[in-house]
Amino acid sequence: MSQVTRQKPDTVYFFGTCLIDLMFPQAGVSAVQLLQRAGIKVIYPPAQTCCGQPAWNSGYRDEARKVARAQIALFTKPIPIIIPSGSCAGMMKTHYPELFSGEADEAQALDVASRVYELTEFLVDVLNISLTDLGAPIEIAVHTSCSARREMGVADKIEQLLGQLQNVKVLEQAYKPECCGFGGTFAVKQPEISAAMVADKTMHLRNTGATQVISQDCGCLMNIGGAFDYQAKHENKKPLNTQHIAEFLWERTHG
Amino acid sequence: MAKPSEFRIQVDQALGKTEVRAHFRKAMDTLMTNRRNQFPDNAELQRLRDQAQVIRANALSKLPELLEQLESNLTRNGIHVHWAETTDEANDIVLKIMQKHNATWMIKGKSMVSEEMGLNHFLESKGIEALESDLGEFIIQLDGETPSHIIMPAIHKSKEQIAQLFNEKFPDIPYTEDVDTLTRTARDILREKFYNAPVGLSGVNFAVAETGTLCLVENEGNGRMSTTIPPVHIAVTGIEKVVEKLSDIPPLLSILPRSATGQPITTYFNMISSPRKKGEKDGPEEVHLVLLDNGRSRIYSDPELLATLRCIRCGACINHCPVYVRIGGHSYGTVYPGPIGTILEPQKSGLKVHGELVQASSLCGACGEVCPVRIPIPSIINRLRYEGVRQDGGSALDAGSKRKPLEAITWKAWSWAASHPSVYNLGSTVATQVRNLVPHNLGAWTSVRTAPAVADKTLHQQLKALGVDHE
Ligand code: SF4
Repeated sequence: MSQVTRQKPDTVYFFGTCLIDLMFPQAGVSAVQLLQRAGIKVIYPPAQTCCGQPAWNSGYRDEARKVARAQIALFTKPIPIIIPSGSCAGMMKTHYPELFSGEADEAQALDVASRVYELTEFLVDVLNISLTDLGAPIEIAVHTSCSARREMGVADKIEQLLGQLQNVKVLEQAYKPECCGFGGTFAVKQPEISAAMVADKTMHLRNTGATQVISQDCGCLMNIGGAFDYQAKHENKKPLNTQHIAEFLWERTHG
Repeated sequence: MAKPSEFRIQVDQALGKTEVRAHFRKAMDTLMTNRRNQFPDNAELQRLRDQAQVIRANALSKLPELLEQLESNLTRNGIHVHWAETTDEANDIVLKIMQKHNATWMIKGKSMVSEEMGLNHFLESKGIEALESDLGEFIIQLDGETPSHIIMPAIHKSKEQIAQLFNEKFPDIPYTEDVDTLTRTARDILREKFYNAPVGLSGVNFAVAETGTLCLVENEGNGRMSTTIPPVHIAVTGIEKVVEKLSDIPPLLSILPRSATGQPITTYFNMISSPRKKGEKDGPEEVHLVLLDNGRSRIYSDPELLATLRCIRCGACINHCPVYVRIGGHSYGTVYPGPIGTILEPQKSGLKVHGELVQASSLCGACGEVCPVRIPIPSIINRLRYEGVRQDGGSALDAGSKRKPLEAITWKAWSWAASHPSVYNLGSTVATQVRNLVPHNLGAWTSVRTAPAVADKTLHQQLKALGVDHE
């Protein structure tokens, strides 16, 4: 698939994702601010809703296509589409081509897919962004989502960004590449397995001694953060913060 | 609330067994580390995977022709070829061979296809004993269990459990937890059996069409014993195990053990090309191959699902699966557990029976990342979810059978709302305004997590307020 130019563009589209829209808007706002600060004009088509992934992963392909089609219609200019989520970026980049295979609007779907960037990928590979840390010393752990790691192949980008922050120390948890157990509807359809997975994930993250966990995906953060909160409330464990990478970067670098 | 399924009950029980879980974790950690150590050079690994994928995909693309060629070359070599569409037919073929030789028992090398056939059970019902000779299989047979892993069938058992089991079954032998002594005990018992067995049965890893050769990969030598000492050898395998050429074998043999147990190569590699020839001093006088379909043709007929048949049964997907490591092999309630079982079993036995398995995946992709023949396991899981709920026929067995009216209506409503921005925004506005009314108990979610909180202003609203360009 052809990539759009790796030259720094003047203007980009921003696809905020439904989860960020509703639950984590600050992550979206921060992502836009990071892009704008780098001198890029950001277009946020207001009619955007959801990439269609929940239905796609549940087997409801017609329903997923209907929603995806409505998104495709919004991102027609030949400019990059930035998505602050490995999972939604993966949906548009790798699954739109499958979802629209043989459909009348397959070409448009392929075109959209070819312009998709996960946020950290764009900040590092295209913008080559340089960051100055203004925050206090902190020890964090990073959880990279499975889609960012395996579908998008961008696990190293978040580490590169954090590596630029001189007061941030990234601690390594055991079983780092293992899934946190979210998996969208998986958490609802197989709650016991999902619970066992997030219990282990949170334990390994806690064991690092980090005070905060950073990720590129809000799905994982909702899962991990929800478990941290529950453990603090009901199991008398130390509360741990979770935050999206965009929000974390913005908070530490804007003067 | 609906009654939990058999699978959910099994899972729940398995999750509660902390010791077994710790045991699985340790075993899988070792296997993952061993595999990693075998592939220090990622570029080489990816090249090997490409090569293995091509070999298997090529074989499948010519499957009917290769099977014909295999049959004619095996026949020319003096090996009897039998075709079985169902496991019942396969069992009958084996039974007839046993009866022809008046055999009352057989010794078995490891064979997952024989598990698929339920062969031991079937033979037992006919008064014939099938004795497992692979150490792991031997152990679980003693305990009346089924394999919990395709290459390490007794991986769920601790050394203490095995010691106790041996003590119970062989009271004359002193109790020991020493693995070497336990192994020797099994060896001594089996050695004598090998010499007297009228029939030996084995699986097949690769069947070479070009030469009519059956290849068998193993570590204990029991495969070689089962296939060379008894006067009759019966091999059973799935029709997909064929490869085109003898030169296809070295690359597969290079990646299989490294992916499976993290060994550079297995201790034994057997190539069976004919029964004992005139003047030869050993080898069986009669060799049979049973080629089993059991749903494989149906899988074969779908261009996407077909990839399932590339599998070389290395077990790497199982070893790397975050679900398998927690629930173990038996929870699946299938012959093949883990990711390969998740895609194979619902296709083989139908979505009605094993369709729930495709929900037991977070689609994390760890399986697809390690599969030596690059089977896109997560994509096939996704596809089978689709097969389960689609209404236009579909190609998987029992397609459409998992569609539930309420769920279908919910997705319809969702897709309507999410493709009409005004409705979507209205919905999200309502959600943010009534966020305090969102139930604090979301059932399963909130048993280990707090309920997710809806923000007081959506991203749509905030970006609008910030004046972010809309066009
Ligand atoms: S699906 Fe791939 S990884 Fe799993 S057993 Fe088969 S070949 Fe091995």
